[in-house]
Amino acid sequence: MSESVLRVADLVKRFGDFAAVRNVSFEIRKGEILGLLGANGAGKTTVINMMLGLITPSEGRIEVFGQDLASHRIEILRRMNFCSTYTQLPGNLLVGQNLNVFGKLYRVPDLDRRIDEVLDLLEIGHLKKRVSGHLSAGESTRLNLCKALLNRPELLLLDEPTASLDPDIADKVRKAVKRVREEDGATMLYTSHNMRDVEEVCDRVIFMHKGKILHQGTPAEIVSHFQEKSLEDVFIRVARGGELETAKPID
Amino acid sequence: MNLHIIQALVLRYLYLYTRTPVRLVELLFWPLVHLLVWGYLTVFLQRHTGDAFPYEITFLIGAVILWDVLFRAQQGVAIFFLEDVWSRNLLNIFAAPVTTADYLGSTYVVGLLRAGVTSTILGVLSLVLYSFNVLELQWYLIPFIINLLVFGWALGMISTALIVRWGPAAETLAWATPFFIQPFAAVFYPVDGLPPVMQAFSKALPCSYIFEGMRDVLKDGTLPMRDLVLASGLNVVYLAAAGVLFVSVLKTARDKGLLTKFAAQ
Repeated sequence: MSESVLRVADLVKRFGDFAAVRNVSFEIRKGEILGLLGANGAGKTTVINMMLGLITPSEGRIEVFGQDLASHRIEILRRMNFCSTYTQLPGNLLVGQNLNVFGKLYRVPDLDRRIDEVLDLLEIGHLKKRVSGHLSAGESTRLNLCKALLNRPELLLLDEPTASLDPDIADKVRKAVKRVREEDGATMLYTSHNMRDVEEVCDRVIFMHKGKILHQGTPAEIVSHFQEKSLEDVFIRVARGGELETAKPID
Repeated sequence: MNLHIIQALVLRYLYLYTRTPVRLVELLFWPLVHLLVWGYLTVFLQRHTGDAFPYEITFLIGAVILWDVLFRAQQGVAIFFLEDVWSRNLLNIFAAPVTTADYLGSTYVVGLLRAGVTSTILGVLSLVLYSFNVLELQWYLIPFIINLLVFGWALGMISTALIVRWGPAAETLAWATPFFIQPFAAVFYPVDGLPPVMQAFSKALPCSYIFEGMRDVLKDGTLPMRDLVLASGLNVVYLAAAGVLFVSVLKTARDKGLLTKFAAQ
């Protein structure tokens, strides 16, 4: 079995009396793409934010590249990156300027060439001198992804990278993600509400509900475990809090 | 503190100004308005009081220029943070390999640049319009500017910390904080012109010693060193306290998920 890149143990996050994440434990092996699924409020984004050091866990431990995130945050962040539908790059700057700034923050070698590479990968090389704020939603999402790929991250966190994209652009993003995994061997954590994304991209899936892990396995195992026809049916059933007795929550 | 990181964060700020020249208006408009108002008030008072006024009233122009050093340094820190909030870029920065020291270091540089640009332009304009040469302050100008910069940075950290703690609704503190202290700061009038209670507040502010010092230098060319030492000592205390507050609020923000709430605004 390949080495573990990310290991999360007994993670808990409480905001006052509300427990957003409850005893979550999982790991991602090198080169694996793990899907983190669940309805809105399931705790996916909170888990990702804890991995980025934006939120401090109430309990538990996050270990990335064999190091404790709490004590080696900067070293770890240098080797990882993220793309979220909830963030944007400054709209007043040109596309190339934004990537130049983040390339310098991540100390990317041979930066000019790398910027051209990631822009070409996402098929937006022609937008390099365009004002970021004038991009369409699809172009803007791909720019965010370019920023996330700049430093050839060993661990990439993708929070709903295809949200609000048309099927054509979503397909391009999925293909780019798979190509990055093949060429750079990047490990990824991928959240999405698009089950087609998940089935196409992810090797393994974790289903979360109300801050807890309900089940984890390959997409086919998940479907079989919940005795449904598709991952989408599982998602709907879990989101509606329907008959969950067949699922065995993992504490 | 990593100079490459600071350089990258400052570069982003410079890109912002070259991309949107209208921001230069904000940087120059209000200082220019203050210079014109206080400058022509000075001209008026000089004409009508003559020798009756206790000392050179050109200090009002000097006060405008030096106050702007403090104000721009404070703005450099506070607006730097807000720019990321407004552009929904905050999480990209705080999830990048940027330490708190790198982040603060870059805000200090931006504050220094903002103060440098406006005070240079105001200095030249005051010479052209009112024949007031800020260099009359001689070498004292250097410790004056350093002390005002440092106090501006401290106020900037305090205002940013409060904005982080209380959320976007507290954004107005980025502009209001310097004006909370201005009545006590002896910018345009001496400390002993204040009621005793206000004098106590005034004596706790490093900038009041600087503005008093400026008037002393313009009046008789000397500065009580005790005032300079007191201002510097107080600045060390304010800067350290503001740093502790900023780091502590950042920790609270990570505990309570406040940074991510900014992204959701």
